[in-house]
Amino acid sequence: MVIAKTVDGEIGIMPQHAPVLGVLVEGGVLRVKREGEGDLVAAVHGGFISVADDEVSVLAEVAELGSEVDVAAARDALDRAQASIEANQEDADAAIEAKRAKARLRAAGEEV
Amino acid sequence: MGAQLRLLRRRIRSVKSTAKITRAQELIASSRIVKAQMRMQAALPYEREITRAVTGVVSNAASVDHPLTVAKENPSKAGVLVVTSDSGFCGGFNANVLREAEALRGLLESRGLSVVPFVTGRKGVTWHSFRNREMGGQWVGFSRAPSYRNAKEIAETLIESFKDDNGIDEIHIVSTEFVSMLTQNVVVKRILPLEVEETEASETDAIPPYFEFEPTAADVLESLLPRYVESRIFTALLESAASEEAARRRAMKSATDNANELIRVFTMQMNQARQAEITQEISEIVGGASALADAAAGKE
Repeated sequence: MVIAKTVDGEIGIMPQHAPVLGVLVEGGVLRVKREGEGDLVAAVHGGFISVADDEVSVLAEVAELGSEVDVAAARDALDRAQASIEANQEDADAAIEAKRAKARLRAAGEEV
Repeated sequence: MGAQLRLLRRRIRSVKSTAKITRAQELIASSRIVKAQMRMQAALPYEREITRAVTGVVSNAASVDHPLTVAKENPSKAGVLVVTSDSGFCGGFNANVLREAEALRGLLESRGLSVVPFVTGRKGVTWHSFRNREMGGQWVGFSRAPSYRNAKEIAETLIESFKDDNGIDEIHIVSTEFVSMLTQNVVVKRILPLEVEETEASETDAIPPYFEFEPTAADVLESLLPRYVESRIFTALLESAASEEAARRRAMKSATDNANELIRVFTMQMNQARQAEITQEISEIVGGASALADAAAGKE
């Protein structure tokens, strides 16, 4: 089963799911539940999920597997982004940065 | 030593050093082609999927009117993205692209459109600025190893101008397609507005699935199309990079071959000159000796 976060909310896709094309949110966490193995988790920033013919493809602008996330760097990025949000409430770039950093941390299995 | 001999020696030495340089360039280019091809391969699945998704949306939701899909009724301006290389030494690579771009310009102008060139690659930029052509955008410095960020930057400029009412109404791209190590073709494609092809569904084709959209078809299209344009530009940049290296390898190979041929001809000329000199010296000595002998015989 594949769980992704679209702009409408979370969507879970089981085998034989009807064809769907969804827009993914900035800073979402994608989870692939596999039989007999651990979950495959990835931080996915923007992009699409498309389901057709029992195949799920995720087209992301930027994506990173949870196991490959550099936790220290992500935390650092989060702190920096939050600092600049506090300094300037309307800093849209920093808000996106913070979302991305959070998604990376969550994908790596860290508490945010 | 004769003056001619010295001259030939000097020329051989200089051609030899040129041959060394072109040979090295050739080897560098061949190793770069492989890397460029790998990059092309890596980008392929993404492009395939995004094309499939766009096809899915457009064929499912024919009623979707999006500024990026609908051709304007009276187009007045066309943007042409010309993909060239940053460095030379690649034979006719840039000349071919620019010639094709000129042909397209003529074609568009005959339709009554004014043409705005968008240029990537230092060679193309110089070509345009030398002719005082105003460019809608120019990008240099990544022709050998383009990254997705470069493609995104270009796509953003193009789309912005496309959405603008006074901006461009069509986007064409002139680039080089990498067919094989030996064949690269200049291709002209229209990327926007999308060309919708009506095709008869054959029996072998799967019926395109009826998609559900999250949240709506229009929203999906809104964010899908820019990605599609980016991906098309990225592919064009990557193919152009691979073609550039292939063209460079070929140009450098023929330069090396020519240099070797020159060295052969000069060596032959040099040997001839040397032999002529030796023959002359011998006949001078023989002539001198016999003249002395004759003089001695005359005294007796």
